[in-house]
Amino acid sequence: MSDFEPVVVVFACDYCAYTAADVAGRMNLSYPSGVRILRVPCTGKVEPLYIMQALQKGADGVLVAGCLVGDCHFKNGNLRAAARVKRVQTLLDDIGIDGQRVAMVNVSAGQGAKFAEIATEFSNKIGEMGPNPIKQGAKAAA
Amino acid sequence: MITAERKPMEEIFHSVEPYGKILLVGCNECVTVCHAGGRKEVAMLASALRMGRLKQGAPLTVDEMTLERQCDPEYAEELALVVDQYDAVCSMACGCGVQTVAERYQGLPVLPMVNTEFMGSSEKNGVWAERCAGCGNCVLGLTGGICPIARCSKRIFNGPCGGSSKGKCEISPDVDCAWQLIWDRLKQLGQTELYSQIMAPKDWRSARDGGPRRIVREDMAI
Amino acid sequence: MKSDSNLEKVLAAGHFAVTGELGPPRGANLQAIKDKAAHLKGMVDAVNVTDNQTAVVRMASWAVSLVLREMGMEPNYQMVCRDRNRLAMQSDILGAAALGINTMLCLSGDHPSFGDHPQAANVHDIDSIQQLQMVTTMRDQGRFMGGAEIDTPPRMFVGAAANPFGDPFELRVLRLGKKVAAGADFIQTQCIYNMERFAEYMRQAVDMGLTEKTKLLAGVTPLKSAGMARYMAKKVPGMDVPDEVVKRIADQPKEKQAEEGIKLLCEQIEQLREMPGVAGIHLMAIEWEHRVPEIVERAGLLPRPQV
Repeated sequence: MSDFEPVVVVFACDYCAYTAADVAGRMNLSYPSGVRILRVPCTGKVEPLYIMQALQKGADGVLVAGCLVGDCHFKNGNLRAAARVKRVQTLLDDIGIDGQRVAMVNVSAGQGAKFAEIATEFSNKIGEMGPNPIKQGAKAAA
Repeated sequence: MITAERKPMEEIFHSVEPYGKILLVGCNECVTVCHAGGRKEVAMLASALRMGRLKQGAPLTVDEMTLERQCDPEYAEELALVVDQYDAVCSMACGCGVQTVAERYQGLPVLPMVNTEFMGSSEKNGVWAERCAGCGNCVLGLTGGICPIARCSKRIFNGPCGGSSKGKCEISPDVDCAWQLIWDRLKQLGQTELYSQIMAPKDWRSARDGGPRRIVREDMAI
Repeated sequence: MKSDSNLEKVLAAGHFAVTGELGPPRGANLQAIKDKAAHLKGMVDAVNVTDNQTAVVRMASWAVSLVLREMGMEPNYQMVCRDRNRLAMQSDILGAAALGINTMLCLSGDHPSFGDHPQAANVHDIDSIQQLQMVTTMRDQGRFMGGAEIDTPPRMFVGAAANPFGDPFELRVLRLGKKVAAGADFIQTQCIYNMERFAEYMRQAVDMGLTEKTKLLAGVTPLKSAGMARYMAKKVPGMDVPDEVVKRIADQPKEKQAEEGIKLLCEQIEQLREMPGVAGIHLMAIEWEHRVPEIVERAGLLPRPQV
């Protein structure tokens, strides 16, 4: 299992987490290379289906990274995102995929170090959980 | 609108267990508005089914399609070209849609993916509440626009019962007492005299108790 | 007289009436009924026999009513709208009347969600006011609800319940008026603890002339303990137990709380006897039937009139 490098898709809000990732880069703070960042205009734009499709296409984990509570540029997009993440987590649990593979986090634009830390921690956690189980099932079926 | 909610995944997995290729069919009407069976919900369930079955090591091919109005034979007809390719049709429409499709494609299993709940309206984004019982003889004009059948837990015509407390129903503090609402509105309308008249027992033949109902418009049914 | 009901006769003769209550057993135990009923014999003018109260299955109200009848007591056969449609109600009423049940009470019934079969369908074909109309039509016009004539109409003295403390308060007397208009011969109220509010209710009822058209029996229930007082105050929907009443019981040491409850009850009965428009009391001694003789004795309600 030690050679397993999880793919983690991060839906990062343009107003905060995406900038934070940028800051982390400029500060030369590293995080695992399996972390793939997708810029979104607001986490409120992240449909539950995006998360599902990321997993279906092979991601091992999904992070939705929005602004700090109270700081959403669109008032409550991050709160909507948190509620949607919760719903997806329940659905994943119901279909036999651990809902903890998906998480909502909040960071501000200046928190480069925090972003790197969160991304690393989450990636490590997914690493411990192992690969997305649908891959194993697909192999077994083939 | 008619409201619905997706069935529990366990039940859905169980019902599609025998199949390898299904067509998941949504509806653009009520179930889209109540986020139970429109295009988006079809995509979500399709994704969940694909992943869940992959994890089980028994992949399921799920194709998606959403009809304009599943309870209308004209639109159900749109499935005719493709339906032969599938082991089953899984419908995310209300019970009316499921039955319309089942009636048209007699030889094919048509499975419900949602539980049809009630006729209601949207109280706010994400909240729907029962408003109409479809009893076939509307009394809203006598009851301040609030339905005693759909909204009183005991469908009392001459309420409120003794269980009304601080505007709430005896069954739960989350349920409004319909008769409190009726009384408040009658006062607002200056129609309190309507309250003192005893409402006659209902003729339930106009409702479901008279047997399954049908509407025939002679001028249109040609 | 509309019926052979002892309660009707007692009220017609102008006596201050006393009715009691008996909850049927959760089983086919005949002896249990007889034991409970024995405490009430000679102590009250009629005994309400509850119908699946709090939506919990118990022996049929008509069956227990017949047992009381055989024991020489006057049952007040309760019937809720929750469990029967109009066909079942009318046939049960005919059967009850034929076998000597003379008094009945029309009720909505508690919602099944409170009971032991929350899965049950809720009938509510008609409501309790329409039920009253149905019984009086059967009795006075000799017709079923469907219009057909009845060969030998049921001679029932028919009553209804009223809760003076449910909300909205302004509807309480108006709804009582609807029950009177529907033909209620008598009314039994929910348990009263807030005497002031009840007095206001009675003032309105008397002003509207309702107490001339019906006989109103005020409901009372002895508080057995501070725990019961608190439960009634907080948990029972549509019940008004003032803080000072709870305090009065709770201020007593545990072993003296029941005695204080009976004392309070006797004082209430005294007040109710003086209250204009109150024609009697309905004593609901919940699972305390054996204390009824003592209570009615101390409240000065004995002997019961023979009419």
